[in-house]
Amino acid sequence: MPVEMSSIKKPETDKNAPLGDVLVIGYGNPGRLDDGLGPALAAALEKETLDGVTVDSNYQLTVEDALPISQHKVVIFADADVAGPEPFYFKAVKPGKHVTFSSHSISPRSVLGLAEELFEKVPAAYVLGIRGYEFNEFEERLSTGAQNNLQHALAFVTNALKNRTFTEVREQNAPAETNNS
Amino acid sequence: MTTTATIGTKKITIDPVTRVEGHGRVTIHLDEENNVQQARMHIIEFRGFERFILGRPYWEVPVLVQRLCGICPVSHHLAAAKTMDRIVGGENLTPTAEKMRRLMHYGQFFQSHALHFFHLCSPDLLFGFDADPAIRNVIGVAKDERYADLAVQGVMMRKFGQEIIKATAGKKIHGTGAIPGGINKNLSIQERDMFLKDIDQMVEWSRQALNLAKNYTVEHLEDLASFGSFDSNHLSLVREDGAMDIYHGNLRAIDAQGEPIFDQVDYQDYTDYIAEEVRPWSYMKFPFIKSLGPEEGWYRVGPLARVNACDFIDTPEAEAARKEFMAVTEDKPNNITMAYHWARMIETLHAAEKIKELLNDPDLQGTDLVTKGERRHEAVGLVEAPRGTLFHHYQVDDNDQVTMANLIVSTTSNNVPMNRAVEKVAEEYISGKPEITEGLLNHIEVAIRAYDPCLSCATHAMGQMPLIVELHDACGNVVDKKTRD
Repeated sequence: MPVEMSSIKKPETDKNAPLGDVLVIGYGNPGRLDDGLGPALAAALEKETLDGVTVDSNYQLTVEDALPISQHKVVIFADADVAGPEPFYFKAVKPGKHVTFSSHSISPRSVLGLAEELFEKVPAAYVLGIRGYEFNEFEERLSTGAQNNLQHALAFVTNALKNRTFTEVREQNAPAETNNS
Repeated sequence: MTTTATIGTKKITIDPVTRVEGHGRVTIHLDEENNVQQARMHIIEFRGFERFILGRPYWEVPVLVQRLCGICPVSHHLAAAKTMDRIVGGENLTPTAEKMRRLMHYGQFFQSHALHFFHLCSPDLLFGFDADPAIRNVIGVAKDERYADLAVQGVMMRKFGQEIIKATAGKKIHGTGAIPGGINKNLSIQERDMFLKDIDQMVEWSRQALNLAKNYTVEHLEDLASFGSFDSNHLSLVREDGAMDIYHGNLRAIDAQGEPIFDQVDYQDYTDYIAEEVRPWSYMKFPFIKSLGPEEGWYRVGPLARVNACDFIDTPEAEAARKEFMAVTEDKPNNITMAYHWARMIETLHAAEKIKELLNDPDLQGTDLVTKGERRHEAVGLVEAPRGTLFHHYQVDDNDQVTMANLIVSTTSNNVPMNRAVEKVAEEYISGKPEITEGLLNHIEVAIRAYDPCLSCATHAMGQMPLIVELHDACGNVVDKKTRD
């Protein structure tokens, strides 16, 4: 039962606006143990106050992130990973062409795809997957292993941001980028 | 998408339901003739979240409870704050405090409803329920030249609402705006002017979205009237004069014909009117109206229930829209499941109107932010969350620690209705044929999505969410189990 659209005008967005430099989005729920790795990285990175680096944090990626993403040259998605290599991996991610939109949250590929489709700009993008171990309780702390992995990830990404050198770090068992985040 | 059809066991499992919060599992039980015997929607929810709160000092709770759900943290923040207002005897908020909280709440409604409609629901309406799921999603909407504007509007409306939350709650994550007895900041002139610049556009887009939802429903009324629909009771907060009020009011429950079951009940006494039943097959509780019992006392909450239950809406355009909505069912409650979308868009316009009204109110720049009074040891706080009535109930001891917590979230209240909706759809699309067709899958998803359920408490770590499928025979034995990462 499709419906015909009424005349709704597309909102104006300035496609010639100057792009920001780097956007880091750390996401996850700090109340669910190691799911808070992304926000923890964002909080630590904010203290570094790196030039040209904008840090954002939220419970999850959402569709409106497509707009700031489209306004930056480089975007880094920092999230916990339940099964990835230790202590972390860092890899490029491309816009998703076929998207499974499974909830109010959205994956890095999907939100990049939205940025490309809606705002006609897509940055260089990377996923920083920090290995976590405990997720299934309501408790606000990081496990010892996750804290350790966070320090490694923070040192890596801080160095990368200072030098503006983004080299992939993959392990043999690094998972393929999924839409489940 | 995992599907399992096992003819021998007469049980069909669909896992997960896509494009709803978290993920859910649907089981459809067939009888010997392959007719639907029962359909259940299993919600994977942690029962432990009340324990998360126990032992914590009461003043931490409004911040703490936001961790319970990454989807609607503001609702939990405000419900907990309202409860703790009473604990500190500060329930009579200053005008600035109450209006700041209301602005936060309307901002949340606006962004939550906009996201659901534009990015979750609109693909179904625009492309049809049977369209290829590879196209019938938000990217499909964005790619289609006819509809690309809608996807952008959804993003911009969502962003506007999120910015309101940020300005009132302090930040997007771990908001601290509402505190026991008040609020910890007002709205600056600069913040106000930033929102005033865009509010007229938000109102206009809300009008257009409302028209889209209304026209769709009216044009397809005959088909939608039977689609996953059933008579039900409806529950919501209403103001003392009967107006819709999503932040504060008293409880009203009506039956399917609009007759009152109870009205203007002080929610401090909710346990006299609402009880919760535990069923062995679900982790969720099943709330019901005590006077009707568990079999007849289940009820719907959320946009449909709110529009049905209120006497009027106190903003002009939303009220005009409500009258149109009610006229379809001759001023009786509308029990059409898909009418949730229309009702949701009426509330979106209402939220936009309210935000505009509040932004022009100088009380938002007031400096009297907190009040206190006589200390209490037990209190209840309710708000209407975007998905429906949200109950928070706490006891606090002399050491200021929480010793009891009970929460009834809106998706819990809509538990039975969602099961009914799935069963109705399954009866129509599956009886006599023990197979899962794409059409069946699509229609079940569409019916569940109408409720905008929040199915999990938001862990979204990459690689998580394995899908577990279990097959049980007639004796309850697990005969097969599959897991997909």
